[in-house]
Amino acid sequence: MKTLDRVKNIATPFVFGIAFLGLWEGAVNGFDLKPYFLAAPSKIMEQFLNNTTRIWEATAVSGSNALIGLCIGTIFGIAMSFILSRFRFLNELVTPLAISLNAIPIFVLVAVLNNMYSITSEIPRRFMVTLVVYFIVLVNVARGLTQVSSIQVELMRSYAASEFAILRKVRVPNAIPYLFTALKVAAPASVITAFVSEYFGGLQNGLGSRITSNIANSKNAAAWAYVLGACLLGLAFYTVSIILEGLTRKGQSK
Amino acid sequence: MSVVANISAVEVIGASKIFNEGTDNQVDALLDVNLTIAPGEFVSLIGPSGCGKSTLLRLIANLLEPTQGEISVNGKTSAQARLDQEYGMAFQQAGLFDWRTVSKNIELPLELKGWDKKKRAVRAAEMLELVKLHDFGNMYPWQLSGGMQQRVAIARALAAHPPLLLMDEPFGALDEMTREYMQGELLRICAETATTVVFVTHSIPEAVYLSNRVVVMSPRPGRILEIIPVNLGSKRSELTRAADGFFRSITSVREALRGTHADHVASTAIRGVEDR
Repeated sequence: MKTLDRVKNIATPFVFGIAFLGLWEGAVNGFDLKPYFLAAPSKIMEQFLNNTTRIWEATAVSGSNALIGLCIGTIFGIAMSFILSRFRFLNELVTPLAISLNAIPIFVLVAVLNNMYSITSEIPRRFMVTLVVYFIVLVNVARGLTQVSSIQVELMRSYAASEFAILRKVRVPNAIPYLFTALKVAAPASVITAFVSEYFGGLQNGLGSRITSNIANSKNAAAWAYVLGACLLGLAFYTVSIILEGLTRKGQSK
Repeated sequence: MSVVANISAVEVIGASKIFNEGTDNQVDALLDVNLTIAPGEFVSLIGPSGCGKSTLLRLIANLLEPTQGEISVNGKTSAQARLDQEYGMAFQQAGLFDWRTVSKNIELPLELKGWDKKKRAVRAAEMLELVKLHDFGNMYPWQLSGGMQQRVAIARALAAHPPLLLMDEPFGALDEMTREYMQGELLRICAETATTVVFVTHSIPEAVYLSNRVVVMSPRPGRILEIIPVNLGSKRSELTRAADGFFRSITSVREALRGTHADHVASTAIRGVEDR
């Protein structure tokens, strides 16, 4: 029965997806929609297959920007959350700021960053991704380090445990699920930020800039082909973050 | 010789505890508490909510400092006793670590004492045997029932073989059947390990069934009203719960608690104490 359920789980969205594409294709042909209005899925696929090398190159650029920013932002976010959890007053100072920054589209700052660096530099985009990821990781991991069960802390104190021992045996293990929750949010956010950053000028080599330039040239199907690449990249990041989370859990889920 | 034998397990002399002293929300939690507990004794602290029984327990555990007075555990200051892990502690919530197996939870206090891995594993197995959970060492806490989790918490509290066990309503969240079973288990375990117990509870029958003496406390400021000895012998069983002496002691404790009622006009004074 279990395998049947699994087949059902996979088949349902798959069938739905195919049906949706079929409808789309039918609508474009049936209503004779112009390619600059809406490209047919078959045309998009054709463009995608004809331009795999170029799409791959653009994906590699955006993807590496996202990945580098994701890694640096995560490292700095973790480091800062440790500092915040150690110094209560800093936490009270920074956390509200970090939470509000998470709620606004700070990636528009990339326009300012582009001005600060040469326009042939990847640094502004990577820096922007780093910043977005940094705050997501910071807020979540700091929460995991501080929101520990008061009973567990009291227990540790009854064992005459040092602050460091409490950090190592209570706070860090408690924060690990929070880190992976953060990464599940931060991974897609890093890809989105990497794309959107490309709309604000600078180098024209990533997926975002390719989409803009193709649309500017009314090459709608080609633009859609790059959109498809962007979707796949975002999906890849998300999948990896979920797999990582699953590995660390190892049957510890509730 | 006799000097060693005469050391009390717990000695509380003139202890008071005031929270937020000198501010608007000052709370006089405890006032001039004196209590001496002999080694091997089982003593319950009972009283309405806010009578400071948990505060007293935390003073003994050195998780709080008294505003006034002195506390010694096994002839040491309570601070030194905590550093030497002279006591184990269990709370209403088991407080187990979800990311550790049952065995690893029990090993935690031993880890902090710097025991090596092999010695820890041997002791954890012993403790699991003691609380009758030998097959559950490799499971995770959330895979166990509430009563089993509480048994793991007791095993953890006793893992380092401390002479004193401090318990803050450990069975408060359990259903009545499990609770009675756990009471029997606790008595068996304490007899086997010769552990002194200070036990905070809301339940009069629980206090009477378990204890050699029941300390009845009054609220705000928390004071000891009366200390009632329970003469039910050292061996207690399910038959004890039907014995005349059991009901007599329950009545004594209840009357002592009602004393609170007469002193403090507020009818809410005995709120939070279960008569069942």
